[in-house]
Amino acid sequence: MPDESAKWPRRGLLRGAGLALAAAPLRKALAADEPAQAPPRWMTEQGDTVADYGMPSPYERAVIRRIRDKQKMPTVISTMTPLQDLVGIITPNGLHHARCHAGVPAIDPDRHRLLVHGMVDRPMSFGMDDLTRFPSVSRLHFLECSGNSKFFKAALIKPNWTAQDTHGQVSCAEWTGVRLADVLAEAGVQKGATWMLAEGADACAMSRSIPIEKALDDAILAYAQNGERLRPENGYPLRLFLPGWEGNTSVKWLHRLKLGTQPFETRDETAKYTDLMPDGTALQFNFVMEVKSVITFPSPGKDPKQPGFHEIGGLAWSGRGRVARVEVSTDGGANWREATLQEPVLPQCLTRFRLPWDWDGGPAVLQSRATDETGDVQPTREKLLAARGPNFIYHYNAIHSWRVAPGGEVKLAV
Amino acid sequence: MGAVAGLFLLTGAALAADPPYGFGQPATPGEIAGANIDILPDGTGLPPGQGSVGQGAALYASTCAACHGERGEKPLDATMRLVGGAGTLATPKAVQTVGSYWPYATTLFDYIRRAMPFPAPRSLSPDQVYAVTAYVLRLNGVVPDGTVLDAASLPRVRMPNRDGFISAYKPGR
Repeated sequence: MPDESAKWPRRGLLRGAGLALAAAPLRKALAADEPAQAPPRWMTEQGDTVADYGMPSPYERAVIRRIRDKQKMPTVISTMTPLQDLVGIITPNGLHHARCHAGVPAIDPDRHRLLVHGMVDRPMSFGMDDLTRFPSVSRLHFLECSGNSKFFKAALIKPNWTAQDTHGQVSCAEWTGVRLADVLAEAGVQKGATWMLAEGADACAMSRSIPIEKALDDAILAYAQNGERLRPENGYPLRLFLPGWEGNTSVKWLHRLKLGTQPFETRDETAKYTDLMPDGTALQFNFVMEVKSVITFPSPGKDPKQPGFHEIGGLAWSGRGRVARVEVSTDGGANWREATLQEPVLPQCLTRFRLPWDWDGGPAVLQSRATDETGDVQPTREKLLAARGPNFIYHYNAIHSWRVAPGGEVKLAV
Repeated sequence: MGAVAGLFLLTGAALAADPPYGFGQPATPGEIAGANIDILPDGTGLPPGQGSVGQGAALYASTCAACHGERGEKPLDATMRLVGGAGTLATPKAVQTVGSYWPYATTLFDYIRRAMPFPAPRSLSPDQVYAVTAYVLRLNGVVPDGTVLDAASLPRVRMPNRDGFISAYKPGR
């Protein structure tokens, strides 16, 4: 594989040189009687002033979060990140996906408190000023809704879905906050406490039970993302952040933690966010988001315009740790080549992969298959469906396929 | 020497029990009482009060039916369905409702109290929450007509899918 990538610059150079030779006479002929071109308008007048808070160029207006499945209730929200339009591994804050069960609460940070009670020595109440005094921690992590790419049922799939529609409920940010373990130590977790209820201050007081091991391990009480305070839709002023776990457990607008000896059996860990298996039983507390990947170029709406060199690119991630490798197939899984991983490759973080591709202009089926550092490999869709049956909704992580038609149009292939 | 060591041990023990940073304030009883709304399956946390199927029927018609459907079977959106689906969980077209899927009746009380009615959460009294809980359980055939629920009887309601859940959580993996 390294040999294959090493060939590319040379071949690209040769091809470029050939093109330049062929095109050179034509350009020269045009130049002979062509008048000097006028400078563009923006070089002939003063530009705009700088906004207090900057926004993208108006020419990037189409790069926005979108809602795939419109809900009857406008405050039951599921927005998706435009993965196909982004580069690098960081999701800009305004494009970070957001799942809200009862709208976005307008919380006054000066009035927001975090209550820590239950099986603790000292029930405590913390204001934001108290919390930000603890030693800070800052980590890059993906956040994925467990319902991301929930398209088990072929009947629900629409052929015009983009990468945003199929995988846009994963985003990645630098999360800054304090260690939950430090804050819990202030209250003094009692021996025997095994579960922690985390509750949000939204209009459904969204709540989940978290095992104490995770709470004391790598859990963060985050107050910032990508260098600024959390966006309201992502939990302002305070959210729980549990690296690698289904997004719903990283409770937003966090206002209460209660320690106990058993799960609290909330609605969002019984009626929802549980996985109904073929035999009619359901998996509960299925927390980890397993290894997964998606190709973002080429992808629907991002067609290769002409045959020749293209760089296939995409994102891979695993809730169990680092991405170890990503393989890419252009023939529907018959042959695989190992892609290059772009640094940094961090645990529980989006990782970008690239592979040079000489498209012959013919039909192709593009797939990516990620393996994480624990050895977990993405399953095929067929294998996943066979194992999980027809009613499974959450934790879909199958190998994903895009079909490239001879003209270059890319569509979802199932 | 022994006295010094003893003093050291005492101080050490006292330090270990002290909060490491001393940030935050002790939570007040009123602060805890106002926020402590979770209900455990054994009924821990249920407030005083009671409500009947009949009272719940009237309240449901005026407060819940517009979204969840007159009898909880034909909601605005399939995800809001409350009633039906018995015996479907192991079939290709599973219908997951309070009656067919939810393992604990206490969760129904907990969720109605914290999140419903959708336009005005936290507006129902404990009596009203008991009543609507009773009526939704009645619609599902889980309790009979005339049932009155309170902190003692609600945890004793056995849901049809009580044993249908398996924990996938394994510490360290």
